[in-house]
Order: sequence, then structure tokens, then C-alpha cells
Amino acid sequence: MDILVCIKQVPGSTNVEVDPVTGVLKRDGIASKMNPYDLYAIETALLLTEKFGGSVQVITMGPPQAKSIITEAICMGAEKGTVLSDRKFAGADVLATAYTLSQGIKKAGKYDLIICGKQTTDGDTAQVGAEISEFLNMPNISNVLSIENVSDNTVTLTASQDEKIVKMKIKMPCVISVDADINTPRLPSFKVQKQVDDSKIQFLSFADFEDQNVNNYGLAGSATQVERIFPPEKLQEKCSIQGTPTEQADQLYDLIRRIKIV
Amino acid sequence: MYNKVSARDIELLTQIVGNDNIFVGKDINADYAHDELGTVSNMPEVLVRVTTTEQISQIMSLAYKNTIPVTVRGSGTGLVGAAVPVCGGILLETTKMNKILELDTDNLTVTVQPGVLLMELAAFAEENDLLYPPDPGEKSATIGGNISTNAGGMRAVKYGVTRDYVRALTVVAPNGDILNLGGKVAKNSSGYSLKDLIVGSEGTLGIITEAVLDLVPLPKVSVSLLVPFTDMKSAIAAVPQIFKSKITPTAIEYMSRDTILFAEDYLGKKFPDKKNEAYILLTFDGNSNEQVNADMTIVAELCLNIGAVDAYIVDTEERKKSVWSARGAFLEAIKSSTTLMDECDVVVPVNKIDTFLNFTHELSNQYNIRIPSFGHAGDGNLHVYICKDDLAEDKWEKSLKEIFDKMYEKARELGGLVSGEHGIGYAKKVYLKEQLGNEQIALMQGIKKVFDEKNILNPNKVCF
Repeated sequence: MDILVCIKQVPGSTNVEVDPVTGVLKRDGIASKMNPYDLYAIETALLLTEKFGGSVQVITMGPPQAKSIITEAICMGAEKGTVLSDRKFAGADVLATAYTLSQGIKKAGKYDLIICGKQTTDGDTAQVGAEISEFLNMPNISNVLSIENVSDNTVTLTASQDEKIVKMKIKMPCVISVDADINTPRLPSFKVQKQVDDSKIQFLSFADFEDQNVNNYGLAGSATQVERIFPPEKLQEKCSIQGTPTEQADQLYDLIRRIKIV
Repeated sequence: MYNKVSARDIELLTQIVGNDNIFVGKDINADYAHDELGTVSNMPEVLVRVTTTEQISQIMSLAYKNTIPVTVRGSGTGLVGAAVPVCGGILLETTKMNKILELDTDNLTVTVQPGVLLMELAAFAEENDLLYPPDPGEKSATIGGNISTNAGGMRAVKYGVTRDYVRALTVVAPNGDILNLGGKVAKNSSGYSLKDLIVGSEGTLGIITEAVLDLVPLPKVSVSLLVPFTDMKSAIAAVPQIFKSKITPTAIEYMSRDTILFAEDYLGKKFPDKKNEAYILLTFDGNSNEQVNADMTIVAELCLNIGAVDAYIVDTEERKKSVWSARGAFLEAIKSSTTLMDECDVVVPVNKIDTFLNFTHELSNQYNIRIPSFGHAGDGNLHVYICKDDLAEDKWEKSLKEIFDKMYEKARELGGLVSGEHGIGYAKKVYLKEQLGNEQIALMQGIKKVFDEKNILNPNKVCF
């Protein structure tokens, strides 16, 4: 089974300033890291290949320095990776990003399973996985909580869908997005880091893609424009449970059921 | 020898602290009879919650006059019974004195009341781009209790222990006098350091009511390295080699696979790696990525050269959380894995750690009792836990005593000491006496007598 994991480089801290004029995140001089949600996707892929065989590759879109997260994924156990980098991709919204990734995926190889993280910590749209699947004409399931089995070209998995937790089967090739905490991502290996060389990292640009219409990429290919970026309000819900021990137990049960702990 | 707390005393104490802050007899929660470990237990006659230095001074004047024993308690997270009122009397709780009074950025100090929690102090310093370096594992301990045991925690390898960061203390003496010891000064050769006598005195010489603590600039970069080894001996053997490399990590912790599995069970979260028998967890901090990565690379290479299976990089908040949250939960995890346990907090020279740990493994086999451990490999301070599990009470008491006797004897033989940071309190007195001998114990008793001639403050602890 050949698995591709989509990853992204994001700011290393949540305290990132926003340019008041352009409304764009000020990334210069800010340390970056791999999107934390993508670590779960990589770990999911590695666990699946350990169990069912196959290979794990990663792909990202970003500036040339996004190569460092490909190296990091290789240090975690991926075989190799691809960076999609071109000035024409700059300013892409979620739609243009998903389209660029889908073009890159077509060029990078053939995969049985494409795994995305739930969302990114900078964009927070949680739509890339689903949109890639549209562009690649593959079935998609988001919010995957666990993967039970892979057999007969079919993945059996459990996902959170609206009010329910649903066990489903999906035919490969397909795209899935896994939830955070589906596993504990392994740590990057210093031993592997010492051996990683550029031969495992491929760069692709606009010129390599099947679709040569520049208007489908970057700012031009974006359906949405950013008007303003601001940190979300912190939501903290607190509740106090009152009543007799039995009433309190009932209320607590209802609460943990509502947030799907049981 | 001591007087019982009388109705008149209760009346006077109520006048001092108010109706809401005094609890008598059956109104006192049973938890006030013991500390975190619970092996030493006795109820106080009265519990008072204090809010000012003056209240403490008045209470001590009353207790001194009427010869009533007084024991001070913070969060009750101690492990040797130091905050247990073994002679009854008054239990004086400082958790309501929990204000951070001043941040002095000219002198890089913070002034705190004794009930401020370590986690609150750490967060406050960090918010101001500063670091309070002592970092004991129990973050819900109060700073007053922490100063009283001189617990150093994980960063001691690079930054030293709590005593190194206490510049000044306001202390109420057993007779009610208020003393200002030390000052906001960086140097001090002004007579005997009474401030340093109070640090680590476990509430036996005076009651800390205010502390001025040193801060340092917050290092901008911090990276950890989790290094797996096939066995404990090779993991521990790496530590002296790291020191020889002239790199000083901020922390070097030792953990065994068994302890990691307890933490997984306890937290319900998986540790990122548990394929190997033994691990050391190191942290490096500094002000640039280049410097920190260079230090980390030298140590990672060194570890691989001496037989480490790999060296895993713990470089982001998420990764640090996944590793350090398990490390922070070890004590609670081991506690929840057994019916009852007792602990040994010896400190031995760094190059003797493996000999001591091997000895605990031999004892475990010999007595057929679980003895899990973890510890600060970088400073030789080990936390060893003897677990009762389903052992019968009489056999447990007998085996525990024999195991302790043997462990402390071994620590002495290796040039170690009874406690690295948990203190002596009530539970370890006998081992301190065995180690230090009559002359040193007599000196300690003499010091106690000068501070507390009626022996009313935390009696029956440390050297008595």
C-alpha cells in the first residue's frame, strides 16, 4: 500500500503578528514547524505500513525552505517527499492550495491512500483533504478517529460525523483526514537526520504540472480573498453540576455523551 | 510537655484569623493528618488559615506563651511527613498567602508570599520573559514548602537548587519575632547566613512569610533529546561522558520502560517511544537555535557512539508535552499502580547511580517486592519507590524496614546522602542520624534550640 501524507509548514508559535496593511501573517524571522495535526497523519501512515506493508511519502506546498518539514517527516520514517514550490502558487487560498496539491500529487506518483491532518494551526479551514479528493475524483472521509483494517482494497475506519460516531468502509484510492489524538506521533530520529540527503526530496514547480493555466493557481486561482486575519477568541466553557449524587451522575453522563467521550 | 489547645486559645486564635479561617476537632478535614505519601499520620487539634505575617507572629506569640506545638503546612505535597502535626497542636496553613508581591526588573527578583504555587511562579516569570530556574516535579507545591525542603528539581544540573535562588526571607521565629534575613543583594558576607539555615530546615526553625527570589532571563530556545538505550547501565554510563564533553544540559533525567508504562496507564496517553529498556531525557537551552542545536548535536553524537539505540529530537511544544507530561506524572503513576508505597530520595555521586539502581533491582528480586524508580541522572538524585501491592501488613512492615536499612546503607557506602530534595521530615530521621553521627546531629539540635528553645515549632522532626 503506497500512502501519501499532505503536510504543511506553519509558524512555530501561536503569537504571530498580522501585517495591518496586507492582513497577511508576518512569517519573516518567525521560527516555523510542521503543522502539529500533520504529525498524526504521518504516524497513521507509518503504523498502517508497519502492519500492512507499503511505503509512506509526504508532499507539501510552500517556499523552498518548506523542505525542512520533508526532512523531518523522513526522520520520522517517511521514505521520501515532494515540495511544490513556485512564485505562481503564492497567495493561494484553501481552494487554490488543494488544486495545486492535487496537480502535484498527480505528478508525484500513484497512491492507494492519501492522508491529511485535521486542519492547520495557521489556516484552520479543515477543507484541504476534502477538496483534494474532489480534484482527484476520489472518495473522502474526514474526522477519522481510528482505522480498524485494510483489506480487499478497502479501508475500514471509524469517523466522527455530525452527532454520531460512524464505522465505515471506503474503497481505495481515497483521501482521509485524521483527527488529532488518533495516536501519539513518534519523534524524529537524530540517527536518520544524519543520513538524509537531498536525493530523497523532489522539487516540483508550475512547469511540471499537467494544468498549465496560471489562473488556476495562487492568488489568481483563489475563490476567496483574505480581508483580515485575527486570532480567534479563546472559548472556555465551564459548567457546574448540581444536585444529588444520582442527578449529578446523570448530568455528567449527558455531558460526556454530548462531547462524544462515550 | 506540651499543653493542649484550650477553649481560650481557640477564642484568641479566632480573634486573630477570623471565624472563616479556623477549624477545630472534627471540623478538620482528615487530609490534614497526612501529606502526599500518607505514611505518617496525626490530626491537629486546630487548623488555622493565615493571610498575613502579623497573624503568624501573633499565633506564634500565643503558642510560645502557652507551649503549644505548631506545624506549618503549604499544599501538603511533601513525602516525608514534615508537614504532619505529629504532636497535635496548631496546624498553620499558608495557602491563602498566595500573592506575588513584586517583580523587580532592576534587580531581577520576584517577591512572593509562601502560598504561591510553583506552577504560578513559573508562569508569572515566563509571562515576563524571565525564568525561575528551580523546577521540582510537583508543580502544585507552594514556594514556602519548596524553600523549606530545598527541593531542586530537574534543572539543577545547569542552574543549581532552590537555595541558590533565595535572596531574602521574612521569617516569624517560634517566639513570634519577625526577622528579615538576607536582602535584595547579589553578594552577602555579613555574618552567619541565617537565611540559608532557614532554607531546607523543613519548618523547624521559623515560618517563611515572604521570599525574595532570583530570576534569570528566559532562554529563547529549548530543545530536548530522548535517548533510548538497551539497558539501564548503558543509559546511566552516558551521564559522566556528557559532562566530560563540556556541554552542560539543563536537565538529564533517567527513566525506565516500566515507569513509562505506569505513566501511560495513569495518563491514558501513549508515550512516543517505549521499545527500549532505559532512556535518558536531556534538555538544552540557550539564546540561539545555532548554539542549542550545536550542543544537542554533540551530545546526540556522543550517545550514539557509546551505544544509544537512537536519539529522538523533542523540539516543538507538542513533542515536549508528549514527553515531559509523562515525566511529570511518574510519582502519581507509580502511586496509582499500588496499594501503598514508601519512597527513598537518596542522592549519590553521578558515577555511582547505576551501582545504586542495580542494588535496588537486586533487593526487588530478593524480597519479591516491586521497586520502580526514576530520577535526576544529571545530579545523582534518585526517586525509588517500594510498592506494597498485595503484601500482608506484617510482612510489608518488616520487608520495608529491611529494604530501607539496606538502601540507605548502600547510599552511605557509595558516598551519597539520605535526601536529595524531599527532606528528612519525620520519616527519614533515623537514617539521617545513622549517616551523620552524634556530633553533627548534636550541632543540628543545638541550632534548633537557639531558634526554638521551647521546641514548639514542628517538633519531633529532622534531628529530634
